[in-house]
Amino acid sequence: MTIMKPIREVGIIGYGAYVPRYRLPASEIARIWTEGQGGLPIKEKAVAGLDEDTVTISIEAARNALKRASINPWEIRAVWVGSESHPYAVKPTSTIVAEAIGATTDVQAADFEFACKAGTETIQAAIGFVGSGMTRYALGIGADTAQGRPGDALEYTTGCGGAAYVIGPREESLAYFEGTYSYVSDMPDFFRRPYERYPQHGSRFTGEPAYFTHVLAAGQHLMDELGYTAADYTAAVFHQPNTRFPQEAARQLGFTPEQIEVGLLVPLVGNIYAGSSMLGLTAILDEASPADRILLVSYGSGAGSDAFSLVVTELIGERRDRAPCTRDYIARHKKVDYAAYVRYRKKLQMH
Amino acid sequence: MRDVSIIGIGQTRVGEHWDKSLRQLAVEAILAALSDAGLERADALYVGNMLSGEVSGQEHVAALIADFAGLRGIEAVKVEAAESSGAAALRLGYMAVASGLMDTVIVCGVEKMTDAVSSATASAALALAVDSDYETLHGLSLAALNALLMRRYMHEYSVKREDFAPFTVNAHRNAASNPYAMFPRPVTTEAFMKAPMIADPVSLMDSAPLADGAAAIVLCPGHRARGFTAGAVRIVASAVATDSLAIHDRRDPLFLEGAYLSAQRAYQQADVGSVDIDLFEVHDAFTITAALSLEACGFAQRGQGVHLAQEGEIALDGRIPICTMGGLKARGNPVGATGVYQIVELVEQLRGQAGVNQVKGARLGMAQSIGGTGGTVITHILEAP
Repeated sequence: MTIMKPIREVGIIGYGAYVPRYRLPASEIARIWTEGQGGLPIKEKAVAGLDEDTVTISIEAARNALKRASINPWEIRAVWVGSESHPYAVKPTSTIVAEAIGATTDVQAADFEFACKAGTETIQAAIGFVGSGMTRYALGIGADTAQGRPGDALEYTTGCGGAAYVIGPREESLAYFEGTYSYVSDMPDFFRRPYERYPQHGSRFTGEPAYFTHVLAAGQHLMDELGYTAADYTAAVFHQPNTRFPQEAARQLGFTPEQIEVGLLVPLVGNIYAGSSMLGLTAILDEASPADRILLVSYGSGAGSDAFSLVVTELIGERRDRAPCTRDYIARHKKVDYAAYVRYRKKLQMH
Repeated sequence: MRDVSIIGIGQTRVGEHWDKSLRQLAVEAILAALSDAGLERADALYVGNMLSGEVSGQEHVAALIADFAGLRGIEAVKVEAAESSGAAALRLGYMAVASGLMDTVIVCGVEKMTDAVSSATASAALALAVDSDYETLHGLSLAALNALLMRRYMHEYSVKREDFAPFTVNAHRNAASNPYAMFPRPVTTEAFMKAPMIADPVSLMDSAPLADGAAAIVLCPGHRARGFTAGAVRIVASAVATDSLAIHDRRDPLFLEGAYLSAQRAYQQADVGSVDIDLFEVHDAFTITAALSLEACGFAQRGQGVHLAQEGEIALDGRIPICTMGGLKARGNPVGATGVYQIVELVEQLRGQAGVNQVKGARLGMAQSIGGTGGTVITHILEAP
């Protein structure tokens, strides 16, 4: 058996989302770069403000997760943040977050990195940490303030946001894990050297050989070993670099458009990178009912996919309303133009 | 001069072969062709390829491919004539056998476009086919140059964009039943009209897709062909003509002089006229190129090429079927390999092995490959067994 299950069953005790309020319409990017011509992969993307970054996003999402979990922060024994936009190359994001939420000093903290699946890795690690009995609670976060090269196709979709999950024993969970599986290979579809500001990507190479190969393999393999098909799931959420990829992946795995509708947030917030599928899951949990089964498959360039199968419990109802839901964050928006976006995202280097 | 026959054919599917290298594609096609011919070795290998150096960082490919195909030691040379490299390799192979210098010859066309990771790199690579000092320097890409021709043609002959749709619709209809085609799917006129522009008025639907692929054929002297196969196809004409690279140097930019000369030489060699041709694998890199080629080869009057398509004469049951297995537009255009794909498809037709795409009673098939916007044009005419 290649799918992974811990010795003790574990689940999500609390979840939290955060999306910044600013929105840059894709039409604004087209206005500047292509005189308004060409198709738009999404409607608009979320843009972090001047005083926001992966740390602040992680903290707010973590606070929302803690509100729902209703546990003492000092009971958390691990704080892990996965991102491809950690503010420092050396200095962990996770220690700042741990301190801000009151989880220090009896805590393990670490930053994770694997392109857009850095966040779901923290969840797998948390499942292991809690499932082995090393701790009762662990906090995993996926957050990003993704940077798109000006004028590049990816600039339309590079968004900002994050999601946090407190992982703990199944008995206390609002949703428990049935199993997880990772499909990984060495694949240079998208990469950035430390001295480069923006990543390089392989255009069409990032599609079928990269995203689809890994997402479909991970999703199908997990379902096969658990003995499920798409029909056994209430909802599914996939990594969302644009609107079309997750729709096509869902279709190929046998899911209907209705099954992925609630978690498909990319048209309104963009690609949240390490937070993408994790944010989609928060939107699904905001509306889920007990016994709902959910499939989540992330994707990180380089490349790999982490797949999770979860089942919602009776505890979802009493926990859900303790923090703002994801739709509230999406609805709270203020449009900016390309010039404000360039300023907020610090794309203009004056010195 | 001896007769030359084709005794074996092989091809890979045309598409984005992320997992296969240039040499792997070529070897796949060559081994298939040798197997079809019932041979294990040949005297020589001529490889048609345009961009191996530019996009894959590899020149010297004929020797490389000969080695990897298990043919180390034989004569092997790469032939380049932009997008007509494949047909140029056939020209060399034909001359080698016709002259008596070689007996069995493999001709292989191969291209690995996906080694050019971005579309900007691919477009710049294709621009190597046009005049670098006078055209490329000013930012003119191959699509842009053809857009100028299409725009002028529409003006001179009062033709609308929609009038070019039948070329694309026909190509895709035929590709639907070709297992080697890149886009085996029909398209509608509506889809054609909605296609995004590459260089107005040339849209995505006017333009053949770049791709990876390899095709190969085996040649032998006509008098020995029967010993190999009952399905030997004789090459009755092989003709190359050139014209200026730059369209501004052409006597008349809307007349493909190279195609005219090449076709005339071919007709003369075969002692036939355009009326005797049963099917034509035209170089439909762009819809405008297909229209101009039909006119230059005498299948339609000047300015009437588009009408030939509209009247259904280019369909499999029409007066002059073109793109019978999808053409460059729907089978795909792995540039340096395309000229050999055209020959492979003609052989399938002339052997009566084209399945539902069979042109009834096909006896003489013509293939024409164009380099750049018309700087090199190579025409071959083949005769059924």
